[in-house]
Amino acid sequence: MNRTDSTLRAILQDVLGLSAERVAAFDATTGLFGDLPELDSMAVAGLLTEIEDRLDIVIEDDEVDGELLENYGNLLSFLEDKIAQSQEE
Amino acid sequence: MIAAWPCPGPSGQCEEYALAFDRGRGHRVLIIPALFDEANRMRRMLVDTMRLLDAAGIDTFLPDLPGCNESPQSFTAQSLHGWRVAMEHAARHFRTTDVLAVRGGALVFPAMLPGWVLEPAKGPSILRQMLRARTIAAREVGQHEDSAALLEQGRSEGLELAGYRCGASLIAGLQDALPQIEGQRIISQAELGGGGLWLRAEPAAAPEQSAALARLIAADLSV
Repeated sequence: MNRTDSTLRAILQDVLGLSAERVAAFDATTGLFGDLPELDSMAVAGLLTEIEDRLDIVIEDDEVDGELLENYGNLLSFLEDKIAQSQEE
Repeated sequence: MIAAWPCPGPSGQCEEYALAFDRGRGHRVLIIPALFDEANRMRRMLVDTMRLLDAAGIDTFLPDLPGCNESPQSFTAQSLHGWRVAMEHAARHFRTTDVLAVRGGALVFPAMLPGWVLEPAKGPSILRQMLRARTIAAREVGQHEDSAALLEQGRSEGLELAGYRCGASLIAGLQDALPQIEGQRIISQAELGGGGLWLRAEPAAAPEQSAALARLIAADLSV
């Protein structure tokens, strides 16, 4: 598990109030927005802001769409690409 | 348990409420809640902390910010300045000796009191997160809203954010506000253990965090 993956799991654990074991069991197909009733728009906004803080990146408004938050895999690969980009710059 | 305190408002003097554990003891801690929805998510943890401090011989007071909870005032009429003045009145009325400001509460707490600031939040971060929640909610129903345009609208005519009808002065104030910490001890979430409750999608109790916070305050006051 890379650093982005473990950080994202830690943030989801805080936001959803789940145990480390349950969050560790998330895989790429685990549904997020729409599947987890706790994740309403306010919680998603908190989640994204916390991700920005802990991973030191900026997520633009137009990057946030239904697909990004559809499942764990989409969100993780978006963040990994984002971090790779910021390291190239 | 519920105490009233006089507070000046836009339409004259009115009565606000506070949750209070008041037995006239020497240490009297004013607790300034987090702002907006974060206050709800953290309230149970703070009230449990107050019970523990009561048992440890420390009085505590958790006032409503005007316009919030049981307040008779309009939320839309509020500003950071108004909240700051109100919290000074509460401090004077309850003759508090110390202050604990939580998250965005650090933007409006009476900085002349010694005490603690728990994970202070910056105004721009609070605003950004609420604007983002609004654009996400709009997208969900197939509409497009732009944060920058919303912010402009908010600064001139006010804006509804996360169910709060914020007046223009509150939006404008949040845009630049930073915690004014003057020697108070900054408590980080890591000192309480577990995840920050303001992040939690649903309000919840956190007995271990309440116990850690109460222990830390009691130790600093050496009671």
